[in-house]
Amino acid sequence: MLDKTGIAKRIAQELQDGWYVNLGIGIPTLIANYIPKGISVEFQSENGILGMGPFPFEGEEDADLINAGKQTVTAMPGASIFDSATSFAMIRGQHIQLTVLGAMEVSDRGDIANWKIPGKMVKGMGGAMDLVASADNIIVAMMHTNKKGISKLLKHCTLPLTGVACVKKVVTNLAVLDITPNGFKLLERAPGVSIETIKAATEGRLIIEGDIPEMQID
Amino acid sequence: MNKIVANAEAAITGITDHMTLMLGGFGLCGIPENCISALVQQGVTGLTCISNNAGVDDFGLGLLLQKRQIKKMISSYVGENDEFERQMLSGELEVDLIPQGSLAARCQAGGAGIPAFYTPAGFGTEVAEGKEVRYFNGKAHILEHALTADFAIVKAWKGDRFGNLVFKGTARNFNPLMAMAGKITIAEVEELVEPGELDPNHIHTPGIFVQRIFQGTDYEKRIEQRTVRPRS
Repeated sequence: MLDKTGIAKRIAQELQDGWYVNLGIGIPTLIANYIPKGISVEFQSENGILGMGPFPFEGEEDADLINAGKQTVTAMPGASIFDSATSFAMIRGQHIQLTVLGAMEVSDRGDIANWKIPGKMVKGMGGAMDLVASADNIIVAMMHTNKKGISKLLKHCTLPLTGVACVKKVVTNLAVLDITPNGFKLLERAPGVSIETIKAATEGRLIIEGDIPEMQID
Repeated sequence: MNKIVANAEAAITGITDHMTLMLGGFGLCGIPENCISALVQQGVTGLTCISNNAGVDDFGLGLLLQKRQIKKMISSYVGENDEFERQMLSGELEVDLIPQGSLAARCQAGGAGIPAFYTPAGFGTEVAEGKEVRYFNGKAHILEHALTADFAIVKAWKGDRFGNLVFKGTARNFNPLMAMAGKITIAEVEELVEPGELDPNHIHTPGIFVQRIFQGTDYEKRIEQRTVRPRS
């Protein structure tokens, strides 16, 4: 079974040289620490920066340079800064090759819910609805089940939706799965996790064909 | 041409109860701190505020919420403010949550004379309820309307008496868009410079969009999430 860092490391393997990438808050933010050697990617943060760098050294924090999670960041050489309309032109106009975000629920047709629990939690969608409605390549980083062990990979989402039929791939603490017209297709198992465990933790339609390899993570 | 006013108190003259305001900023980054304080002092109520976020409990728009000066918020993300959540869940505060990109585009459209546009963001979700759906190239889009405001209040790094503005870092965010969409736009700047000091090639907001400008004081520029890495 993977921890959050493990999920980030596995998704980092999906990065390709030259890609522009938008990372959501939480696990996705960690991916920037594990860019495969020999490739170069640019991170976009929807509050208005392309070429976002790592957190600043202590004492060098700049209140005017933050990411979409409101964390202090740095700008890499070659970075650019822009307003929110330009930022979402990059997103809506499909100029970004990969979007990674977290989710509370994902359905087996690629619906995603991550912005509201009626009556309990209302934080808002931020940029998530724009991102999922337009991005070609969306990976969701999430835990396979909630704290009570109930599956978050469902036939149908129960929470208010963020987007419909948009997620392409899900990487969880248990597995890597593609979303296909027939449901979740199991591609890889997390180290030490059995197919039976994944079956038991997946409520949505699950396709298992042939031998399912274990993820290779350093 | 001289759009300079003395201070925040003078700048907000004419803002009255039940008006609609736009306030720039993303989180606490690039918010018009001086004008928010002046609005708290002045005590105007029943406001509709268009702003990406709602501040935190004791800073930014949170200060106006504490004093019950806001009737309605139009925002994309309001997660860092307990008082906001309390007022919203209890029904004291009306809230219209809209996708961040749609918020940016709606402000830009309002300033640019485009009454409405179609976007895919929110299709199939509760954001799309009651909105016209139209398919372009086989993909569903929803109709979103432009936003304008009685007053837009923005914060810039530098500006001159013509109202030309330059922003710094990610404090730019919604500020240039909202500057275009206010019937009256107030700009507070960290540094007021002489005309000609700002390179015309590097101006982010041309002065035509700004009606009042002043140099702010005592900027706190609070950091919401101070994250650093070790010097190894």
